[in-house]
Amino acid sequence: MNLDFSDDQKLLQEEAKKFLTKEDALKINRAVMDSEKTYDQDLWNKIVELGWTGIRIPEEYQGLGLSHLELCVIAEELGRQLAPVPFSSSVYLFTETLIEFGSEEQKHAILPKLVTGDVIGTLAIAETNSAPTKSNISVELKDGKLSGTKIAVPDAEVATHAVVVAKNGDSVSLCVADLNSDDVDITVQRNIDESRGYYSVSFDGANAEVVGDEESGWSNLEKIMDHAAVLFSFEQIGGAQASLDMANTYAKERYAFGRPIGSFQSMKHKLADMYVALTLAKSNSFYGAWALSSNAAELPTAAATARVSATKAFQLCSQENIQTHGGNGFTWEYDCHMFYKRSKVLSLNLGSLPSWREKLIKSLEQANIKL
Amino acid sequence: MDFNDTPQEAEFRAKCRAWLEANAELKTKKTNSAKNMNVGNKSLLEAAAEWQKKKYDAGWAMIHWPKEFGGIGATPIERIIWAQEESKFNVPKGVYEIGLGMAGPVMMEYATDEQKERYLPPMAEGKEIWCQLFSEPSAGSDVAGLRSKAVQDGENWIVNGQKVWTSGAHFSDFGILVVRHDPGLEKHKGLTFFFVDMKSPGIEVKPIKQLTGGSSFNEVYFNDVVIPDSQRLGEIGDGWKVAITTLMNERLAVGDADGVDANEAFELAKKHDKDGEQLIDNNAVRESIADWYCEASGLKNTKLRTMSALSRGDTPGPEASITKIVSANKLQAIGNFGMDSSDMSGMLMDEESDFIKFQMAWMGAAGLRIAGGTDEILKNIIAERVLGLPQEARADKGLAFKDIPSGS
Repeated sequence: MNLDFSDDQKLLQEEAKKFLTKEDALKINRAVMDSEKTYDQDLWNKIVELGWTGIRIPEEYQGLGLSHLELCVIAEELGRQLAPVPFSSSVYLFTETLIEFGSEEQKHAILPKLVTGDVIGTLAIAETNSAPTKSNISVELKDGKLSGTKIAVPDAEVATHAVVVAKNGDSVSLCVADLNSDDVDITVQRNIDESRGYYSVSFDGANAEVVGDEESGWSNLEKIMDHAAVLFSFEQIGGAQASLDMANTYAKERYAFGRPIGSFQSMKHKLADMYVALTLAKSNSFYGAWALSSNAAELPTAAATARVSATKAFQLCSQENIQTHGGNGFTWEYDCHMFYKRSKVLSLNLGSLPSWREKLIKSLEQANIKL
Repeated sequence: MDFNDTPQEAEFRAKCRAWLEANAELKTKKTNSAKNMNVGNKSLLEAAAEWQKKKYDAGWAMIHWPKEFGGIGATPIERIIWAQEESKFNVPKGVYEIGLGMAGPVMMEYATDEQKERYLPPMAEGKEIWCQLFSEPSAGSDVAGLRSKAVQDGENWIVNGQKVWTSGAHFSDFGILVVRHDPGLEKHKGLTFFFVDMKSPGIEVKPIKQLTGGSSFNEVYFNDVVIPDSQRLGEIGDGWKVAITTLMNERLAVGDADGVDANEAFELAKKHDKDGEQLIDNNAVRESIADWYCEASGLKNTKLRTMSALSRGDTPGPEASITKIVSANKLQAIGNFGMDSSDMSGMLMDEESDFIKFQMAWMGAAGLRIAGGTDEILKNIIAERVLGLPQEARADKGLAFKDIPSGS
């Protein structure tokens, strides 16, 4: 029985934590929030230098050839310190798609550049305020050209390439487009988290190349969403832990009615509820990490379970952290809001909480899995 | 990461399994509830005694105990493996858990060598049953506020007072007991710990009828009960320290709630027919079941994380402290859901129907949220011991026990 990370993986996590603390990622995140920027170039360059973008890329494409588990521990630390970099878009979404479904030729052309940072990728799915489905995708791929508009595409400005979910005849295909092309128009969209960039991306006959079987785009996307759900769940538990830690510290330092507010039962029970939600989420994320790294048949169920638990935990911990801080928690000056906003962005980016509960029930219906 | 036993663990599991298969019946869907426990024509007490003796003779009764008291010195992970395997079999439960889980560790730590030799083997063998006498009518969550009095009289102590919620007192041979030896001292300092022969003159046991209609608890009255000083565990005034040893064990023992879970809710929702529609097609139902599934899965994987630490020989983290809060509340919610699913007929009880498990869950959960530490006390414990938050300001601090306001 070993539902835990190895000593080497824990060491990697410790190093990631030290690095991000030394760089003061949280302060960098605040600086990004206070500027027009949507990411930090310098921090991103250092992360590329550390080799994190190539963790999962096989050695034959100049990557480190490590497993999803190493990616999970890095994700937890990025989430804990809210690092404002296009890591999740490029690594969990774009790179995962290429590794899973790319042709040999595509892998040789793109994966080594993801390692060096010459290519930064993202994934373009949403089009309207309805949840995307197999039948409502309207961005179209025809004769190798893309047309139509995607919205809420993360990191599209810094990204050089995107995997685009596109209608292709009667089916849906995944395809790769070069975002620097003249036929692509990228416009920043105001979003709730000032430290993250979301964009509308319009394709006007831009060249694109199908990735994976062109008939299986939708089921391939679902698989990538499962991978990303597990990886993001680690960012979420990292953020939830940071929120709980902040609330805990404040509850011990802040006095009211002549005593630390953490000595009041109403505060203790609030923080205990946060701990309970976080513990459930963490254990489910570990289970998701196991299913992902071992390519288990349970992955759709495990991923949805991790996603639902981690979304609930991060949202609860970040909102109750503000509540614990009282009026200070509502200010721009205190860090609480950065976690609150990130928690909401992360709860929506792969589809909402209700849609993932639905995915979970569907996976149970299909797999007939029992606890 | 993997879910496999180490080779040594696998070998141990196979040994457990082989003995259990030769000596007990695997649970089936039908036998998988306490109500259907296959005790044949015997009483639960007789059946439990027979099973305990069988285990003891083969060395499986208390495997983590040292050899001289009937154990095999098993490691914590081996203890879990045994419990996992035993739980797959239809064997009697509910008689020995408190004695072995709570009285056992205290006796092991505080009794003299002669006492250990005298009392531990019969406890493991099931010849003698033990109960725990802590709570009182005015000392529940604040158990250190207990008032039963012990007055020293030469080599003996004379005990007067009343205990309550004592599981199994009516069939127990011995009990572990905390009493107040000096109400002039501060609350926690005036307590002393004993073990007592439940057949002593002056002890009277009265069953308490629970809201389920059953009676597994009792009131226990002490009228001038004589306890030899040799049966004191720990120093005079160390009663709280000794009691804490037991309470920590109780929290491990109460743990997970038995009964209906996300799976049963899911099965029910798929079966149920309402105007030709299944309940599982209702969005609110789907969302609730998804959340219960996540909680159940979270508890299961939390347990596996604890086991992983034990398997490596490490001390587990505090993560298991969430178990009872989550599982008891989930049980209550699922019991409610099950009954609601049958609309007006959800209130009707039928012993023969499988549906009764939702009603029993709903009733039982109300008690489970209190037993072994209420939700509120457990949250305080998480806040104070895990998160390190300061204690609540207390109205009883620094006062002699007799001067503490009691509302009466």
